[in-house]
Amino acid sequence: MSKLLEVSGLNAFYGNTQALFGIDFFLEEGSVTAILGANGAGKTTTLRALCQTTRTTGSIKLDGQELVGKSTESIVRHGVGHVPDGRGTFTGLTTEENLRLGAITRRDKAEVALDLERMYTRFPRLKERRNQQAGTLSGGEQQMLAISRALMLRPRLLLLDEPSFGLAPLIVVEIYRILREIIEQDKDSMLLVEQNASIALELAKNAYLLETGRVAVSGPSEMIKGDESIRRAYLGY
Amino acid sequence: MNILNRKWVILGSIVVLAVLLVAPFLVKNFRVFQMNLVIVYAIAILGLNILTGFNGQFSLGHGAFYAIGAYTAAILMDKTGMVYWATLPIAGVICLGFGWLIGFPALRLSGHYLALATFALALSIPQLLKYNHLEALTGGVQGIVLSKPDAPFSLMMFGQRLNSDRWLYIVSLIVAVIMFWLAYNLLRGRVGRALIAIRDHPIAASAMGINLTYFKSVTFGVSAAFTGVAGALGAVVVAFVAPDSFTVFLSISFLVGLVVGGLASIPGAIFGGIFIQFIPNIADEISRAAPWAIYGIFLITFMYVMPTGVMGLLRKIWEKTGHKHVDSDASEHP
Amino acid sequence: MDAFIHQVVAGLAAGSIYAAVGLALVMIYQSTHHLNFAQGEMAMFSTFIAWALLEKGWPYWAAFFVTIAASFILGFVVQRIFLRPVEKAPVLTNVIVFIGLLVIFNSVAGWIFDYTIKPFQSPFPKDAWFTTRFFSAHEVGSMGVTFLVLLALFLFFRFTPVGLAMRAAAQNPDSARLVGIRVSMMLAVGWGLAAAIGSVAGMMIAPVVFLDPNMMSGILLYGFAAALFGGIDNPWGAVLGGLIVGVLENLLGAYVIGTELKLSVALVMIVGVLTLKPSGLFGKVVVTRV
Repeated sequence: MSKLLEVSGLNAFYGNTQALFGIDFFLEEGSVTAILGANGAGKTTTLRALCQTTRTTGSIKLDGQELVGKSTESIVRHGVGHVPDGRGTFTGLTTEENLRLGAITRRDKAEVALDLERMYTRFPRLKERRNQQAGTLSGGEQQMLAISRALMLRPRLLLLDEPSFGLAPLIVVEIYRILREIIEQDKDSMLLVEQNASIALELAKNAYLLETGRVAVSGPSEMIKGDESIRRAYLGY
Repeated sequence: MNILNRKWVILGSIVVLAVLLVAPFLVKNFRVFQMNLVIVYAIAILGLNILTGFNGQFSLGHGAFYAIGAYTAAILMDKTGMVYWATLPIAGVICLGFGWLIGFPALRLSGHYLALATFALALSIPQLLKYNHLEALTGGVQGIVLSKPDAPFSLMMFGQRLNSDRWLYIVSLIVAVIMFWLAYNLLRGRVGRALIAIRDHPIAASAMGINLTYFKSVTFGVSAAFTGVAGALGAVVVAFVAPDSFTVFLSISFLVGLVVGGLASIPGAIFGGIFIQFIPNIADEISRAAPWAIYGIFLITFMYVMPTGVMGLLRKIWEKTGHKHVDSDASEHP
Repeated sequence: MDAFIHQVVAGLAAGSIYAAVGLALVMIYQSTHHLNFAQGEMAMFSTFIAWALLEKGWPYWAAFFVTIAASFILGFVVQRIFLRPVEKAPVLTNVIVFIGLLVIFNSVAGWIFDYTIKPFQSPFPKDAWFTTRFFSAHEVGSMGVTFLVLLALFLFFRFTPVGLAMRAAAQNPDSARLVGIRVSMMLAVGWGLAAAIGSVAGMMIAPVVFLDPNMMSGILLYGFAAALFGGIDNPWGAVLGGLIVGVLENLLGAYVIGTELKLSVALVMIVGVLTLKPSGLFGKVVVTRV
């Protein structure tokens, strides 16, 4: 399996405060890797660093191409789809407009139309609300919308930031079931940031545990799931 | 603050005070007049700062309160022969009332809507002042001519007499010290924190029991009062009021002075006053043909170099030299 | 009765100009969340460009469209050069930059073209086929032009990808970047469009009020009123707002309170409406989760 994403010596800063201290990790093509850890460990910061929405030093290579120093817009155009924490919904626009925006950088109009239909088939609730103002959708629906919007890009790499955040447990199960379906169908490469470690480890092949901006533990999910001491120390269960 | 620091502060203040008191005798009369206007504008800008800088309510219409204060003073002096210094508190109270009243509809407006409403208020003032039904009171287009008060005692220093302008300089300084001290006391402590809370997070503020209606409308009133007092003082200093002295451009100038000096900063108002009094003159000297274009370039350059105003820049320098400073800096939130 | 209708009509005609200015303001607001105080002066400057072309003997509509294109470029460039550095600065800093631009445009126009009042031709001949008893040719013509501009804008924002991208960039620049939109470029395009619309407004009003550097200051206020009246994020609202403001201004001026206090009355009107409907008559109240 080739390495789609290779990160080395990544430092990230919010203004003068350093949040990541020289972390290294990689993502295999066609697999899901989870980034776990407690609040404030630096998980969201990692995704922001990948999209260059916060100041970083170090190296981020996507298929060999260096991303550090590029603008967010051009990174997206390289095929990185980001489902941000808080969903990032365009609340003043309709559901359909949100979806179309996901594909706004694509030139293949016919394929975009097909993808739109595919999203509606996969998420019938979105189709019902296609002309509704996106801000009126429920939390779970907005999460589906955010994921679909990112998928409309046909990204090479999908970044998901805490998809379970603020959602009722039943909805979280639903979202993850859909994610599993998507992965099985499309074999997407995903980087999944989650506070809810157990559900993330069910989906991911490999995992990195962050603690105050550093990688504390890393390895295959099976290993981490099975190791009680790691789970208790870092994941709280 | 340790003992050593306090000694320096007191010593420094005395030196500054001495310099300020002696200054008018070292320069020509016209410069003294300009310095008086700087002080007047500084008070006016301080008033605007209370509303816009600390409380986040945009006003593009403070020229209106300045005008009301100025005309109050002029009418009282002209029609009732009142002594000049008594008109200041009266102007303040009248503007407090007006400002408080205007504060009510302002409650429903925010941001750009409030800016527009206050902008329209400022635009309408010259028209109102020229209105022929009010001419008996306001003097119509001609305005009202006043006489500058003489100094109550005579004094010679450095070969210059204590004439009207120099006396008014001292009066203005005293008024300014009072107003700035008032502002400082009003704004630190609970009241100041409440204002800033309302500016930055109004929903949270009201959820914590801060009465938005009360605070916001009273702030409008107090802010108007400050600028009204400045207007009254201005009328005394210039000894003349006319509708065309109080156009929209005055309101805009106050806003410019506010941002240049630094939002939510009391001393910043002084820098603002200096800027709006002297930069147009400098621009005029640079280019006879298009002086306002030079002024505009000054404005824009200033904003690039000091987006948070003079005080913002000074604060940054202060912090970079190692001093930590926690205070009510203007947030990015309008 | 005739006089009344005439006042209403004159109000509609003036109102359509206010509507165009209001439109330009809404445009820039939609893409930048700032109100461009320099809008009027830029429109005036554009009108002078048209005037200069006409003086050189250009046919009207050629000058018209070239001026629109030049204004687009002017607005685009102004954003790239002057507004880019303060994009991340606080709102009031931006306001001061707008004021700076305002005085620069006004001053430079006076310097290049001087302050004498100049006549500006109307493209609509006095005896055109659409003249009626109540509407002069120019009044109908300028209303028609405004309507076409609005239509073009509506179609642009609703149905084109660039329009959608601009709306997204305006509402949520962070999310817009995450879908690959070059937000900075969208701001510049917004400015260009607004300048273009402003130039149309200028060219339509100049025949009526004559051309001089201070032509647009009063109109700018009414343009603001139009934009806010209708709801700052609503182009249709700006148009309707402009027409209402124009008619009210004329009627109140003629029947209620004389032209001297027109501006004060405009104030009361605006504040009154806004107090009752703080987001304007037709503004969308966007639902936000606290």
